[in-house]
Amino acid sequence: MSIKEVEQQIVEEFSVFTDWLDKYEYLIELGRSLPIIKDSGKEDRNLIKGCQSRVWLAADYSDGKIWFTADSDAIITKGIISLLIRVFSGRAPQEIIEADLGFIKEIGLEQNLSPTRANGLLSMIKQIKFYAVAFAANKQ
Amino acid sequence: MAKIVNIAQMREHFPALNQKVNNRDLIYFDNGATAQKPQSVIELINDMNSGTNGNIHRAVHELSARCTDLYESARLAVKEFINAESTDEIIFTSGTTASVNLVANSFTSRFISKGDAVLICEADHHSNIVPWQMACKRAGAELRVLPVDQNGEWILDKLDSLIDSKLKIVSVAHISNVLGIKNPVQEIIERAHRFGARVLLDGAQGVVHGKVDVKDLNCDFYAFSGHKLYGPTGTGVLYGKREVLEEMEPWMGGGDMVDSVTLAKTTFAPLPLKFEAGTPNFIGVAALGEAINFVNRVDIDFMTAHEERLTSSLNKELEEIEGLTLFGKSKQKLPIFSFNVEGVHHTDLAMLLDKMGVAVRSGMMCCEPLMTRFGVTGMIRASLLPYNTIEETELFTKSLRKAINMLR
Repeated sequence: MSIKEVEQQIVEEFSVFTDWLDKYEYLIELGRSLPIIKDSGKEDRNLIKGCQSRVWLAADYSDGKIWFTADSDAIITKGIISLLIRVFSGRAPQEIIEADLGFIKEIGLEQNLSPTRANGLLSMIKQIKFYAVAFAANKQ
Repeated sequence: MAKIVNIAQMREHFPALNQKVNNRDLIYFDNGATAQKPQSVIELINDMNSGTNGNIHRAVHELSARCTDLYESARLAVKEFINAESTDEIIFTSGTTASVNLVANSFTSRFISKGDAVLICEADHHSNIVPWQMACKRAGAELRVLPVDQNGEWILDKLDSLIDSKLKIVSVAHISNVLGIKNPVQEIIERAHRFGARVLLDGAQGVVHGKVDVKDLNCDFYAFSGHKLYGPTGTGVLYGKREVLEEMEPWMGGGDMVDSVTLAKTTFAPLPLKFEAGTPNFIGVAALGEAINFVNRVDIDFMTAHEERLTSSLNKELEEIEGLTLFGKSKQKLPIFSFNVEGVHHTDLAMLLDKMGVAVRSGMMCCEPLMTRFGVTGMIRASLLPYNTIEETELFTKSLRKAINMLR
């Protein structure tokens, strides 16, 4: 599946929720079900700035693909991260660089998030793209 | 004008309280961050921006004169509001932060030398910590810190070792913005004065919850913001005793603060203008004057009794929630409640509350050292004003319980 196709899949999953409560309950469930980072990955160097909650993001590169792991101490944030991981992990750097992430708007997360949290989301995406650019440059 | 003596009369002045946020009736419990504005303040700002606009203190034309009158009337209103000796002791700034920075610069350069000391408190807001760290670094002075106990109350026993003849100034919060505790400032003022040290009170919260009388307090400086006192953002006040202000030199130069300027030398304007360089936020200040007129209309007995009712209602409601830790338990408590809930992140809680139309603050609240003191990464804060209702405190706790159930 391409990034676009995974994004489309997520949009469809969220389309069944008619009110915010269900949507957030789903995010909380996603956040709960994923122990997505090893404790060794929870280092300060993996902390993302700009989030009100603590967010760690680590990246490994193998076989031409980037594998992301991440975590947060806040459960809703963790749910959102798990969506990003689902979209981005196991992708080639170029694919990540080119992704436009329209799904975030489509599932109504952008406007549902507080400004500080929106910044956190943006910081996460920026960091993911930064890794992609760095690994792509390394490859050459 | 008639006094405001009940909650219904109080609320009708605030159009912002009567709105839906995220499709729910707004419960605005983030007053510690900023207060909503009464209609009279909104109208004055509109009137000035749409007509009565002329730069103050300079021109002879009518609009300038009217704006100058409004600006100077606000100074008189502030002077009477906090019972200062003279309007010369009232300096307008952009907010509490600017007021503290003014003292941290002007007082320090005149009175603090290498080896001297400054005293702050670990529960203080960053705006009362950082300016003094910077000032002490510049002056080569020692920054001393008064610790708080597990309830967030000052450990007064420590004062003996913190106050001596090296100490030049104490700068502490009148009421903690996180804990809502009214600090025993009288004691610290008396003890500091015995050693000749001056005292600055950060009154950002203090001026909002009850009468402040600077003569009675006998503090040397009192700083507060307009926007937490129903006035506009970008306005603030520094009260200073004349004898100290006279000795201090301005830290910002510019227009309006001078007596005579030659290219070789400048003599400064007399108080208070010597500390008000450049065009001030005169529309904002005039509106702050109007906000104070509004506060003067609120019956003090109603306000005190209602705040007590809100405090005890919320206190009781929160105590009944399992796993909730309230920070800042004190007899001297105002309706500012910071807490955490076991197993639940404060940001998650604040997000869900927001979806239910409840505005609270989450995070460190500009008090990282205090968060460290309590070993937490942040808290939730519900801060109320006398326009909030008992029904809102009940609805708030209901929403809070719902959010906790979703997250646990």
